[in-house]
Amino acid sequence: MGLAKRIIPCLDVDHGRVVKGVKFVEIRDAGDPVEIARRYDEQGADEITFLDITASSDDRETMVHVVEQVASQVFIPLTVGGGIRTLADVRRMLNAGADKVSINTAAIAQPDFVREAAERFGNQCIVVAIDAKAVHQPDEEPRWEIFTHGGRRPTGIDAVAWAQRMAEYGAGEILLTSMDRDGTKRGFDLELTCAVSEAVSVPVIASGGVGTLDHLADGILLGKADAVLAASIFHFAEYTIEQAKRYMQARGIEVRLSDPL
Amino acid sequence: MTHIAIIDYGMGNLRSVAKALEHVAPHARIQVTQNRHDILQADRVVFPGQGSIRDCMRELAHWDLVEVVREVARNKPFLGLCLGPQALLEFSDENGGIECLKVLPGRVVWFGDLRDPASGERLKVPHMGWNQVHQTHDHPLWQGIPQDSRFYFVHSYYLRPANKSLVTGRTRYGFDFASAIARDNLFAVQFHPEKSAQAGLQLLANFVDWNP
Repeated sequence: MGLAKRIIPCLDVDHGRVVKGVKFVEIRDAGDPVEIARRYDEQGADEITFLDITASSDDRETMVHVVEQVASQVFIPLTVGGGIRTLADVRRMLNAGADKVSINTAAIAQPDFVREAAERFGNQCIVVAIDAKAVHQPDEEPRWEIFTHGGRRPTGIDAVAWAQRMAEYGAGEILLTSMDRDGTKRGFDLELTCAVSEAVSVPVIASGGVGTLDHLADGILLGKADAVLAASIFHFAEYTIEQAKRYMQARGIEVRLSDPL
Repeated sequence: MTHIAIIDYGMGNLRSVAKALEHVAPHARIQVTQNRHDILQADRVVFPGQGSIRDCMRELAHWDLVEVVREVARNKPFLGLCLGPQALLEFSDENGGIECLKVLPGRVVWFGDLRDPASGERLKVPHMGWNQVHQTHDHPLWQGIPQDSRFYFVHSYYLRPANKSLVTGRTRYGFDFASAIARDNLFAVQFHPEKSAQAGLQLLANFVDWNP
């Protein structure tokens, strides 16, 4: 009895199309965000996150239409990240039907943007995304720094302190990605996840590195995350979300299993 | 044709609420409005809300909707969502203390520093995600929804109605709090049925068919 830990599939969208190939069985259009979102909803996804990776800001309107279409057919929370830099960007996505926006680079360039967005639209819809990398030597106290530009550019900002500051500024949730693990399928950076989760009072979503169902469960049990985000293990139909939840439940984690209706 | 007014007083995005109602009631007229006349004319009223209670009360006053909400909360099928039910109580501790609409007796209280009684672990605030709602009474709006179904919550303050008989659903987060309250023609939930998949859509469908 209580709050369920969440599983959140993440879809990369470029010019309105899902990329990094989603491979569902018998899907008509593997690039259609609406159809993929509907599949994930049917499998019991607790939320869906869209990451707009469209390079040109001229094409951002496309993402607005994607969100509008998904939100009129899929009735679970939707988060949109990528290119959210102004209050107008936040408003546009929320009006299109997003429940939350994820702010990354703009928070680093201008931390007060997070405060203003949270005051204007409420903490519940502001997620701050943190991309962190370990910077300590093996014999040192663990330390992680924020990196931008896909993990290439260091900022000198301590990830744990930054998460605390963003929560104070009004972030309702932290989306924490280990750039060391992202794409490796070696599992979350559990030490990082646990350090951030214990440092902030708001929920933390673990991201980066999921390759097995054990990794998801470890993120919750050892990393103390409140939710786990993954892309490829679901996209390539290695596992369904329901399988992942049944596995997590077997390891003693409270999950929301598909509606009995 | 049933006319359902969703009260739009500038607090949060109402598109999802409208879309979910359109989904369950394709033949109804769903209107997102701040127009007093439209709200008073509607057959049913939905009172949503997101954000802080101070802004909520300020915007209701700004749009001259305080008395309208009080009136329709007493005489029409009325559904409060999320911040809506908080505004219906007498007083909220949020923003240093705010007087609310006083439609129902009770106050709104911060979750504070919570620990799980079993594990001793700290519980995160906001209470965010899918939690179970235990139906404490039979009610037409619970029809077809299995006992202890999960709904989507996002909130840092919770309802503490003065009168236990108002509680029709409760949820456990460190302790039990009122997640659904009801009286006569009024039903109000702390969670977001419009974001709660099948269980949420069923609740909205029940509201559309409800004749208190």
